[in-house]
This record gives sequence, structure tokens and C-alpha cells, in this order.
Amino acid sequence: MSFRPAHELHRRRLGRNIGLGLVLIALVSIVFGLTIVKVSNGGNIEAFDHITRPALVPVGKE
Amino acid sequence: MSEITQQIDLNEAEFGDYFALLKPRVMSLVVFTAAVGLFIAPGYTHPFIAFTSILFIALGGGASGSLNMWFDHDIDSVMKRTQSRPVPSGRIKPGEALSFGMWLSFISVVMLGLASNLLAAGVLAFTIFFYVVIYTMWLKRWTPQNIVIGGAAGAFPPLIGWAVATGDISHISIMMFLLIFLWTPPHFWALALFMNDEYTAAGVPMLTVTHGKLETRKKIVLYSLLLAPVALGLSFTSVGGLIYFVIAAVLNIRFIFGAWALLRRDEEIAKSDNYIQERKYFRQSLSYLFLHFLALAFQSMWIKAGLEAWF
Repeated sequence: MSFRPAHELHRRRLGRNIGLGLVLIALVSIVFGLTIVKVSNGGNIEAFDHITRPALVPVGKE
Repeated sequence: MSEITQQIDLNEAEFGDYFALLKPRVMSLVVFTAAVGLFIAPGYTHPFIAFTSILFIALGGGASGSLNMWFDHDIDSVMKRTQSRPVPSGRIKPGEALSFGMWLSFISVVMLGLASNLLAAGVLAFTIFFYVVIYTMWLKRWTPQNIVIGGAAGAFPPLIGWAVATGDISHISIMMFLLIFLWTPPHFWALALFMNDEYTAAGVPMLTVTHGKLETRKKIVLYSLLLAPVALGLSFTSVGGLIYFVIAAVLNIRFIFGAWALLRRDEEIAKSDNYIQERKYFRQSLSYLFLHFLALAFQSMWIKAGLEAWF
């Protein structure tokens, strides 16, 4: 199987495709960022997971 | 065959054409006023939430711009000012602008709702509906009061910004709404004074077309007078203070005197100097609004720094 040379159309639309790609990356980053902000709500995202995790015990509390 | 391909080449939309569908210049005013509305509101908003909310308010504004260009492509192709827009120039098909605008409206409203709250998202959805259906489809081609009522669409962004921060509507956000609402008619009528021929050709019933220029000049004075109490009234709310009051007073005196000077102008003289003063007044109206919101932001920084609002 051999690759055919890129059609002229692909070259013509390169700018549009790159632009759309960047917009989609930005959208994913925003949704991810919003998730982090909403879930953490200023606090810690990590939680206990069936076993004790000393790292999550508030400082000064035994 | 090769000739046909050549033609398609020249007329194909690029990324920038889709961006132009969003009316970036209108969007910049939306972003700025929404950001000030959010910034001066009481309470804490996480910076990332603030950033994304403003982004989606801007996107919603852009979506309505795209829908406006879909519906108005027939008159846009008549007026010189709008002939080079993506749809009248043929680079983007009207149907494409329609679906682009519908999708962006949907995405922006849903995302604003998820990022902030349902009130803000609801007002954004109403703003898009108001601009596209009430203003573009109905009022614009039907009544010389088109921009008086249609101006409400552009007046919502600071109210949405405030709603993002507080989840509420208050007398302050309503006053910011009124500031833009009452500012819109003199702003666009100043433009119509020197663009009258184009509006006539396109069959848009601007006040200059239906009631003449003298009547329009009178109405500009009327609205500049109505605007002043709202603009100065904001000084006496919890977001106002001496800094805002002084700036607003200077701007409003200038705006009223400018309107008065336009009324005193003879139409023949105006025509002979190519409406130089009307053009100046149009630019002045842009800085009028920009500086009011800038002053609100400054005053808010002043108050949040713990300094006295009135010394």
C-alpha cells in the first residue's frame, strides 16, 4: 500500500483544520479545569480509598 | 474545469471568516462590560470560573452575531459597511452561518450554566433570543424604534456578569443595564446621521430614514439627557464613589453638550464637511461607555482596597 500525495484540498484547508484543532484542545482544557475547580472547591481532591492514608489526616490531629 | 476550481479556491472560507461571523468588535464590548459586572459584584468568584464564564458569555454574544449575519445577509450585501462580511461576500453560505450560530448558542448557554449558575445561563439564552428574534427578525426592519428596544440585547452582559458572581439580579446590575440601554440609541443614531444613504438603500427604517435628520438630532439630545441621571445615579450605590462620580460627571456633561452641538448644526454644512462632527460624536459615544465601565472597575478596586468611597 502506498500513500498518495496529499490532495491540494488538504493543503488549502490546513489553516482551518489547525484552527479547529486548537479550539477543541482549548475546550477540553476548559472542561478539565472547570472539573478540577468545581470538585476541589478550594479543598483537597484526594480522599480515603478503603485504607487509611496518613497523608490525608489533617495536620495536628492524631 | 480548472477555471471552476480556481473560483472555489478564491472564495473558500478560512478560519478567520468563521471568527468574523462572531462579530469580534461587538464581542470586545460584551467581554469588557461583562467582566466589569462580574468584577465589581460582591463576593468571591474563583478566577478560573470568572474567566470561563466571560469566555462563554462572549461566545453567546458571538453566536447571536452569527445568527444575525445569517438573517441579514440580504441587507448586508447592499450596505457598503457590511458587504465584505463572510456571508454577503459568498465565503460562507447563509445556512452554514445559521447552524454555526445555533450550535454556538447551545454550547455557550450550557457551558455557562455548568460553569456558573442557571440564572446567568438563562439570561444569556434570553439575550441571544432577544437579539436574534426580537431585534434582528422583527424590530429592525419594521420600526424606527428598532435600536431603542433592540439595545436591550447589548445591555445584558454586565447583568450576566453580576449574576455569575452573585447568582442574583440587583438594583446595581439593573442600573448597569439601563446605562447601556439608554446609551445605545444616541450611539447608533449618530452613526445613522452619516450612514443614512446606506440605510435608505437597504430599506432599514432607521429614525433618520423615517423621521428625518432633524428629528434624529432632537432624539439624541433627549437620550443624552435621560442617560445622565442613570450614569450619575450609580455613584450613590455601593459600587460608586467619588472617583466614579467625577469621571461620570465630566463624561455626561461632554455627551450632553456634544448632542446639543449636533442639534444646532445645519444639515447643509454637515453634508459639506462630510459629517465630521457626527463622526466625532459617534467615536465619543464609544469612549463614553468604555470609560464609565473603566471608572466602575477603578472605583471597585479602590473600595476593595479598604479605602473610603467618598473620602
